[in-house]
Amino acid sequence: MLKRLVVVVSMFVLAACGSSSAPAETELTVFAAASLTGTFTELGKRFEAANPGTKVTFNFGSSATLAQQITQGAPAGVFAAASPATMKTVADAGLAGTPTVFVKNKLEIAVPPDNPAKVENLKDLTDPEVKVALCAEQVPCGAAAVKALDAAGLKVTPVTLEQDVKATLTKVELGEVDAALVYRTDVIASAGKVTGIPFPEADQAVNDYPIATLKDASPLARRFVDLVLSKQGEDVLTKAGFEAP
Amino acid sequence: MRSRVPWLLVVPAVLGMAFLVLPLAGLLVRAPWSTLPQRLSEPQVLEALRLSLVTASVATAVCLVLGVPLAWLLARTDFPGRRLLRALVTVPLVLPPVVGGVALLLVLGRRGLVGQWLESVSGFSLPFTTAGVVVAEAFVAMPFLVIAVEGALRAADVRYEEAAATLGASRFTVFRRVTLPLVAPGVLAGAVLCWARALGEFGATITFAGNFPGRTQTMPLAVYLALETEPEAAIVLSLVLLAVSVFILVALRDRWVGAAA
Amino acid sequence: MTLRARIVVRRPAFRLDLDLTVGRGEVVTLLGPNGAGKTTALRALAGLIPLTEGSIELDGVRIEREPAERRPVGVVFQDYLLFPHLSALDNVAFGPRCQGRSKAEARSLARELLDRMGLAEFSSVRPRRLSGGQAQRVALARALAVEPRLLLLDEPLAALDAHTRLEIRSELRRRLTGFDGATVLVTHDPLDAMVLADRLVVVENGAVVQEGTPAEIARRPRTDYVARLVGLNLFRGEGDGDRVRVGDLVFAAEERVSGPAFVAFAPGAVALYRTRPDGSPRNLWEGRIDGIERHGDHIRVHVDGPVPVAADVTPAAVAELDLTPGRRIWVSVKATETHAYPA
Repeated sequence: MLKRLVVVVSMFVLAACGSSSAPAETELTVFAAASLTGTFTELGKRFEAANPGTKVTFNFGSSATLAQQITQGAPAGVFAAASPATMKTVADAGLAGTPTVFVKNKLEIAVPPDNPAKVENLKDLTDPEVKVALCAEQVPCGAAAVKALDAAGLKVTPVTLEQDVKATLTKVELGEVDAALVYRTDVIASAGKVTGIPFPEADQAVNDYPIATLKDASPLARRFVDLVLSKQGEDVLTKAGFEAP
Repeated sequence: MRSRVPWLLVVPAVLGMAFLVLPLAGLLVRAPWSTLPQRLSEPQVLEALRLSLVTASVATAVCLVLGVPLAWLLARTDFPGRRLLRALVTVPLVLPPVVGGVALLLVLGRRGLVGQWLESVSGFSLPFTTAGVVVAEAFVAMPFLVIAVEGALRAADVRYEEAAATLGASRFTVFRRVTLPLVAPGVLAGAVLCWARALGEFGATITFAGNFPGRTQTMPLAVYLALETEPEAAIVLSLVLLAVSVFILVALRDRWVGAAA
Repeated sequence: MTLRARIVVRRPAFRLDLDLTVGRGEVVTLLGPNGAGKTTALRALAGLIPLTEGSIELDGVRIEREPAERRPVGVVFQDYLLFPHLSALDNVAFGPRCQGRSKAEARSLARELLDRMGLAEFSSVRPRRLSGGQAQRVALARALAVEPRLLLLDEPLAALDAHTRLEIRSELRRRLTGFDGATVLVTHDPLDAMVLADRLVVVENGAVVQEGTPAEIARRPRTDYVARLVGLNLFRGEGDGDRVRVGDLVFAAEERVSGPAFVAFAPGAVALYRTRPDGSPRNLWEGRIDGIERHGDHIRVHVDGPVPVAADVTPAAVAELDLTPGRRIWVSVKATETHAYPA
């Protein structure tokens, strides 16, 4: 009985060693904010093409969730966050290298293509007849919305505070709300299902996206960050609606 | 003397128990006990808790009113397509709740098939209202009730219903005065499952009813958003939800058991 | 006539077809082996299963198309099926309530019925706390509470143990006598049938095989089943005056009969001998002992031969004659206890 247990345990140990050591040089895991899904997938493909034999795996999600996963020991090489605050959580835990802001993202007013409430500017959102969706303040797009509205001195009572920007956008796409504040990148990604209306106060609430390599990452991580920061990276990102820092 | 309990059952049972209880213990260990009272007294927490209890209870009532007759229909009548209907009833069980929420929007939303008409007639639209929370919770939780009650109905002895019929009871009277009391334990079990599921409902609620404190922000939504910025607050909220639901279920159980004895 | 019915129920591999008439205050018992269709007939009368064909007329009104809840019929089910969640009183009050009486009215009626059944002090008791006999009386009270014109009882004594059964049986007989509508009772127990019935209807394989008063049927069974039930030896033969020829045997009987005839005699009328007794060769033959069993305070011996018979002898006779299975033995039947009647 005991002998069999020893055999089983040693098999586990061997299996564990095998998986952690060998492929470290060719595989890279990138944790990135959900709003980077399209652009980073594109950049990942280019990276793999430029570095034959490598494989980039992405984990897209809410920046806060990703930060928490990283501090709980999730194996990642690169972290690209949608807000400096979430990056700070990881940096404070001593898990990230020096972060670099690689893009900025600006808010726009998103309305259904037929714009039923005839929204033209930020002030129109204060009309109680207009149903507005905002992101919850706890997530970056919500924090940015609050900042922009404060800068404009406006008070908007939304019907809902959504858990992320995609959910906010969905409410507009389905016509459940008349308007929402989302990122310009999301408006572009929606491919015509919503119309974006830029507004000047958005400049007061620009969202910085920092990127950093993580502790004990392989040299591949640095090379991926370099690609994101390169001219080629900037082209992909600006095409999607991001602004260069 | 009782025979020995077989290890082949005990070992997986203990593992299963540990699997269910350990994450709970994790929450308890990591809870910020020192700041607990202060966090609990935040009005938002109480508001979310109140909203959760109210909507879950109303949703359970809705499920009882609609689900018990549905279970009866499935268990006691035979009509073409009954098997298909039975399968459809369980769809919300396998549907990711977020998808369920989108589906509800497509039907009951402002531009939905029914919602559009509802709004033009009454000017009322379900999304982003407390009623919307109840609808989302009932949608996700009702299958639990229907399946439990249908099982109880199938297990019940139909001869009692025949006896009632020979005493002059109409089919509805039979249902109300004989069938329902006979399957009461099954209905209660179903209602408890239904209530618990409604209380923990997240995906369909946030998708269909949105998230607004005091109106549609139930505890699970508050927990999720707290997780974004303050994981500790999320743990506190989860514990509150847990404690309150366990307390209520135990209290109800004692009352039922007390009433039955 | 109160009840006049022709009940036809067809199922795959089974067909029930029987005519039934029951007079006012008469108790008719359907007697037959399991699977004969007795309970099916009862359920059809109650309206719990539809007739394939036929009609049910109660007090001159056709009711076969009425649903169960609209028939003036009361049923005492096998196992009684008292509602477990209601007190004895509310079980009895259930029917009157369904008939539209007020709660108070229904309850006072129920109290009266329970009182008449001697169950006044049990009215608030739940069914599971009642003894078998008490439950049966509550079930009877419940069935009578709807003031039925037809009372149906399905194996009303089957759920009782042998001890209480005896007492309850005669009590039930007394209570049924007090009911002025038609009563149809189903049983597979011959003793229950004999005690409870004014008239017996023997059902085998979905059809009536014999009908008559318990005494008539006990005396003159017409099928092996009935003969076994009433404990008689029964043979079919050819009558010729005071004799009946059954195969090679000739029976002398009390009655004169000619043409196809039955011969019946009780096992107690059979005598066994080690050697051929002197006297008449009638009612006498040689056979071989097939089996021996205890039967009450005497011993029943089964003898195979030209005809198979059962004989009841005393334990002393068994020892004296050294009766053992396989032994050859002479069988004789007293002519005075041998009955013959037309087949």
